Amino acid sequence: MSIASTHNVTREEAAHPVRSYPKFLWWALDEATNGSVLFYVWMFVLTAVALVGANAWAVQVARGMIVTNMTDHVSWGLYIANFTFMVGVAAGGVMMVIPAYAYHDKKMHDVVIIGELLAIAAIVMCLLFVVADLGRPERFWHLIPGIGRFNWPMSMLTWDVIVLNGYLLLNLHICGYLLYMRFLGRVPDRRWYLPFVWISIFWAISIHTVTAFLYCGLGGRPFWNTALLAPRFLASAFVAGPAFILILFHIIGRVSDVQIDEAPKRLLINIVRVTVLVNLLMVLSEVFTEFYTGGAHTASARYLYLGLHGNDALVPWIWTAVAFNLVAAALLLSPAVFRSSFALVLACVLAFIGAWIEKGMGLIVPGFIPSTLHEIVEYTPSLTEWKVSAGIWALGLMVLTVGLKMSIVVFTSKRSKP
Amino acid sequence: MNADELPPKQKGSGAGLLPILNQPGSRRTAMKAAGVALGLTAFGKAISPLWSIPENVSVDEFLQQHYKELSDDDKKKIFARLESETKEELGVDVTISDPPPIPGVHFGYAINLSKCNGNGKCMEACNKENNHDRGTDQSYIRVLEMSKGSMDMEEGNTTYDHTVPQDDKFYMPVQCQQCDNPPCVTVCPVEATWKEADGIVVVDYNWCIGCRYCEAACPYHARRFNWQAPEIPPQEVNPNQGYLSNRIRPQGTMEKCHFCLHRTREGRLPACLEACPTGARVFGDLNDPDSDINWVLKNKRVYVLKEELGTRPSFFYFFDS
Repeated sequence: MSIASTHNVTREEAAHPVRSYPKFLWWALDEATNGSVLFYVWMFVLTAVALVGANAWAVQVARGMIVTNMTDHVSWGLYIANFTFMVGVAAGGVMMVIPAYAYHDKKMHDVVIIGELLAIAAIVMCLLFVVADLGRPERFWHLIPGIGRFNWPMSMLTWDVIVLNGYLLLNLHICGYLLYMRFLGRVPDRRWYLPFVWISIFWAISIHTVTAFLYCGLGGRPFWNTALLAPRFLASAFVAGPAFILILFHIIGRVSDVQIDEAPKRLLINIVRVTVLVNLLMVLSEVFTEFYTGGAHTASARYLYLGLHGNDALVPWIWTAVAFNLVAAALLLSPAVFRSSFALVLACVLAFIGAWIEKGMGLIVPGFIPSTLHEIVEYTPSLTEWKVSAGIWALGLMVLTVGLKMSIVVFTSKRSKP
Repeated sequence: MNADELPPKQKGSGAGLLPILNQPGSRRTAMKAAGVALGLTAFGKAISPLWSIPENVSVDEFLQQHYKELSDDDKKKIFARLESETKEELGVDVTISDPPPIPGVHFGYAINLSKCNGNGKCMEACNKENNHDRGTDQSYIRVLEMSKGSMDMEEGNTTYDHTVPQDDKFYMPVQCQQCDNPPCVTVCPVEATWKEADGIVVVDYNWCIGCRYCEAACPYHARRFNWQAPEIPPQEVNPNQGYLSNRIRPQGTMEKCHFCLHRTREGRLPACLEACPTGARVFGDLNDPDSDINWVLKNKRVYVLKEELGTRPSFFYFFDS
């Protein structure tokens, strides 16, 4: 990365009178797209993957969702699994916002923008995963309040449309405003961001609660129909989100000149140490209730963990998740994570993948198996579904990379010190 | 391609804030512009299959309003458009009607499980009457083969292909239960599905966005998604079509049993009932004390599926004593 080389340019620009917000964004975007060979290779690969995904999606729209492996029995699959998980990652960023603003943690305050940028990228991905799952994406305007017919407040999906878009706007505003003020060298006006930060804290909880309500409100799906679902979602979100941020800290430290302080890292590790246990406790509680009670309501859980009548497509998935979660928990609780960055990154990667499986494929698919008429039709994602999902992940990582680089450019530019 | 190796940017008036526009000479800027152009071209190429949307979806169809907001005039135009589209694609003359609910009627359905022998004629009739996809033998009905001595659907089987009836089995057809408290209607984000005055839950196939939330919500596996456009040989198309019922459904939208409303609202019986050789099916007006369905409710011990979910089905099962 070449932040140092841009300093002399930006310092002289600081004297320039034209500093409108759009021009600032354009400037930051331009600066953010300067970088090392590694950066260009990274962006090139992501672009290529995103294009493959875009093409797969276009084919899916043209030929119909028959190109997915979803059926009338398993009518949601990899897309909705990823959607559910990414809502959690978006909400997880709030674990930096709360200490930064509610407890006035000065060190966390300096890096809180990373959590907010992660939320932006994650929400963009959520919205794309929902669009990818639509049979008629060109009719999306039916969902726009005012011109469409918005079944609010009855449909939980309309709540999700509101909270996800609202959360995106809140974070765009907070990040944009704070970066812009920093760019101008002004002290941010608290009235212009503090209320929004406070709203965003509650909003972060709401996006994941509403997403859980999508599923747990369905009486016909016993596997989802549990009051524990929303708390479980939040617990695993507060594992996956901070875990990803810890990985980001590590990457930023490696590829850029920015050195992130130890204090926020320690705080995040301490948060994940608690949430990872809370999450495991909730999983255990769910598993106990399912298996000890027995009967027909246990069928989905039996299918997930043990296989049902010889059908066991998800068994390797869920035991991988269990193993990853346990190893991650053990590593995180050991003092090794403070000493060795390898141990820390490994623990975070395992926790992140574990949550992805548990809350994605491990939650959405067994809700449909066995079906409501107790038929067993299995599901494994098709190549199209993998391509589209990879494309959306790539685009999300591009948004995150550019966002982070924009903020690094602003933060490291000397002009911002008045 | 490290920034340090590149010539420093020129700094003219306003240059710093719009560097790409004002510095055409900069090597990096030129490369960025080329990269963006290349990326956009590749993106355009990648999503080119999307051009099938403007080919298949007319502007009128794209802008079409929700069924409940259409005037009689709008409907007439839409039905004419759909009829001409079918003529164009399949060369078949069809008539699309839209019979309204009969005031004061609430339809109900009952199945005598002592009579049903699992022959599957109802599924066949549904497939033909409702212009279902032929390749998948799609139907709104599934018949469960159940073991005598158990009502546990987990022991049921819908994919049997032996002679029926088997001595140790009984047969339970399941289709849309036309719930009075339908979870599918509650969850639809765009009100593309609703309950009509005569108790039938319908779908506006031209308003559904295909999110399949209703399919997840339905406890009876009553909903079907058009994973691709249904394929029907032209000579087999049922030309007597209802807008909210059996017209040929578009790809990517949801559909479900509608009690053959294009027939039943005009005094005829559902196709599955007419096709049933055992006389197991009873259909009628729950509000009419003298109807067959009310005779069954009064004189038989009936049950509904998954009563504990509170969906209040208009669909009943009973046995002969």
